[in-house]
Amino acid sequence: MTFLRVMLFSLVVLLAYTLFANILPQVQSDPPKEEKIDLGSLDAAGLAAWGERIFKGQGTCTLCHNELGRAPDLLKLDLAAEFAERIADPRYDGAAKGLDGAAAIEAYLRESMLDPSAYVVAGFGKKGTNDTVSPMPAVDRPPIGLSEAEIDALIAFLEERAGAEITVTAPTGEQAQAAAQDGGEEETGPAETAQAVIERLGCAACHDLEGSGADVGPRLDGIGKRYDRAMIRQSILDPNAHIAEGFEPDIMPQDYAEQLRVSELELLLDYLEKLPAKEAAQ
Amino acid sequence: MNPAGSMRRAWTVVFLVLAATAAALAAPDALAQAADALAQPAPTPTRADYPVIGGLHGRPVVWGFAQMHLFLAAFVLAVPLFVVVIELAGAVTHDARYDVMAHEFMKISMAAYSFTALTGGGLALALFLFYPVVMDYLLKVFRGQALIYAVLFVLESVFLYLYYYSWNALRHGQRKWFHLSLGLVLNTVGLTLMFVANAWTTFMMSPAGVDPATGAITGTVWAATRNPLWNPLNLHRFLANIAYGGAIVGAYAAYRFLSVRSIKERAHYDWMGYTANLIAVAGFLPLPFAGYWLMAEIYAYSQQMGITAMGGVLAWLFIIQALLIGTILLAANYYLWCGLGRTDRGARYAPYVKYIAVVIVGGFLVWVTPHTLILSPEEIRILGGTSHKVLGPLGIMPAKNTAVNLMLVFTFMSFQLFYRSGRVPTVSWAGVGNMVIVALYAVGIVNIVAAGIYGYITPTVYKVGASVPQVVTTLTIIVVSLTIDSFMARGARKVEVHWGRMSTRSQYALFVLPVAFTWLMALMGYIRSSVRTHWHVYTIMKDASADAYIPTIGSAGNMITLVTLAFMAVIVFVFWLSQLGATVQEAPAGGEDRS
Repeated sequence: MTFLRVMLFSLVVLLAYTLFANILPQVQSDPPKEEKIDLGSLDAAGLAAWGERIFKGQGTCTLCHNELGRAPDLLKLDLAAEFAERIADPRYDGAAKGLDGAAAIEAYLRESMLDPSAYVVAGFGKKGTNDTVSPMPAVDRPPIGLSEAEIDALIAFLEERAGAEITVTAPTGEQAQAAAQDGGEEETGPAETAQAVIERLGCAACHDLEGSGADVGPRLDGIGKRYDRAMIRQSILDPNAHIAEGFEPDIMPQDYAEQLRVSELELLLDYLEKLPAKEAAQ
Repeated sequence: MNPAGSMRRAWTVVFLVLAATAAALAAPDALAQAADALAQPAPTPTRADYPVIGGLHGRPVVWGFAQMHLFLAAFVLAVPLFVVVIELAGAVTHDARYDVMAHEFMKISMAAYSFTALTGGGLALALFLFYPVVMDYLLKVFRGQALIYAVLFVLESVFLYLYYYSWNALRHGQRKWFHLSLGLVLNTVGLTLMFVANAWTTFMMSPAGVDPATGAITGTVWAATRNPLWNPLNLHRFLANIAYGGAIVGAYAAYRFLSVRSIKERAHYDWMGYTANLIAVAGFLPLPFAGYWLMAEIYAYSQQMGITAMGGVLAWLFIIQALLIGTILLAANYYLWCGLGRTDRGARYAPYVKYIAVVIVGGFLVWVTPHTLILSPEEIRILGGTSHKVLGPLGIMPAKNTAVNLMLVFTFMSFQLFYRSGRVPTVSWAGVGNMVIVALYAVGIVNIVAAGIYGYITPTVYKVGASVPQVVTTLTIIVVSLTIDSFMARGARKVEVHWGRMSTRSQYALFVLPVAFTWLMALMGYIRSSVRTHWHVYTIMKDASADAYIPTIGSAGNMITLVTLAFMAVIVFVFWLSQLGATVQEAPAGGEDRS
């Protein structure tokens, strides 16, 4: 009897832990998937929009560049003033020195990504290094390992945020082909939740979705009240069919009909239709 | 034969064997492959390099075997560590009870040893079968070290059997010291074995001695061994193993306590359970600090890896960790509070128990409070954000660090109350000593809370740093009050401790400990392995298998429970075996056996 009682007691404790693990939010973290981009068709704005998606996704930049203070919050700061101040800093002796305007910003950004310790913003260096060594990894090497085209896209995004001229261009011709092959996507099964579809397509990078705050595309909260299901479907599959007031055509990728499976599209529509309006939420 | 002469000869052999092992350990490069083989870049496996055998993918098989092997190895390596200390206590105090208990602890771990070897063999086989490309690369990096590992394993077996089976032959006088030395050698070999295994594990997390761009081998085996996370993991596993080993033998003692009927035996197993709980708590108290060092080194090595663990997809696991550690501390404290009933003097400390309980439970609740919640838009609307307005601030590190440190301080206080219930100090400065200890606790607690508040108002980067004074305060309270107590105990009047005067319910606390420890160990292993994300060797070799994702907490929890159940089954069998070994069949009635 003692044996049975002890075993039963231990099993109950064990099952309590198992139950707890199962009632917590369940998130599976998949390896990052490179985005299939038609580089040849990207203009400056498209390149910047792709850069924003990399910034918030594959590049993992927002892990540190956020409001928690591990690294400068590049989404909040006045980048025009920031970049000018840093390049003018007497401690700065990098590639942008002696350059002016947009060229200086491009040189500074590229250097910051490929050689983060070339200049470390005061207070953000590794502990004990007196701001001479950056904790940031070089983005062209593992674990981030961005391609040249992806780094250019990031530069375009940050230049756009700084209000500067976009000096980088998407690779064309053979370059584009090589870059596209470099980022070949692996075949996977269909997504099982709308969140997984949204994450894969990076919707929140351009649309203000689940608090992302993005404003490249129209907000999606309460969209089910503004449009019917057929209209939302058309806007996903053929984004230029109706352009919301105040937004530009050709920004949203045109190939979602090829990227999405039928089941995924239906999941996404179900989700968007029920998304509450923000006014009601506040 | 001259006993002193034979002992000298025995020692010479032991010394020569150890010296040869040390020399081999220092020069595994001597067993290296050709230089051109080492200069090759790390292989880039494709999906085809991961065989699926009989419908089975490699990950669950390797996960199961690795976890079972780790449970058993941790137990088998830990027991001799504290057994030598208990045996030494027996030799110094000439109290035979220590010797009997140490021997009994060893008996349990001996039965588990063959299972450790069995699961180790299974793990190696599974790794070579399912991950041949990864293993090929690791074997190249560590060259002759695999061979040294095998030699160490043989040595571990030799010294383990020697230590256990020579126990009664080397029990008294000079021979006892020889036996203790054997125990020391056994632990040296065992720890070296663990450190070598840790080198492979940590190399996969923070590779060193290889070209960062290609993975080609550029350094010595020692360079790969001494990678940035090796020593933090060594310390963490060393302490955790002690706590874990203590918890398991505690369960054995509790089970025996509940099973036996004689007062003498109940007293023996009560004392054994108390000692085991003490070992578990002693190993456990410094563990958060070793964990802090490990995490700080992970951040220093790769900020991304640190954030993946603490602020990314794995962050929720630390809420489960809090639940597990919370139950461990509650169970250990409950057992200590019940122990106050063993002495007549214990009743005077009973009124303090409720205050300690409030702090432990309060700390536990703060620790399990999450900060950012993963919510649906509807839930965010109702809550008004992704964190609770009032409780949300309790979810960040300053609050959690404060809670953990207070829980540790008050757990130590529970132990100290029991220790004091068995002694009445007679030194003239006892009053002053008591005042100093009370002041130490008071100032320490204020300091821990103040550092926690400072943590709120300082930028995130310094929040973790703000926990250092808290840790130092906790350790100061423990070390200084232990020192004062040990001086106050000199010449103290001993109060009789009625071993065996414990409730049945109190023993169940000793069953919670191993269950929670086992689950916790597997959970932390899952986190440690997952921070590599989709890399076999972080930044060097990508995982191209179908299992390159980090599973959900639920599926990881189910896997952990399955392995824990398997381990519990093995341990129950091991307990049964060690009891069977002590069972002697009585002669049949009516004289001698005629068959």
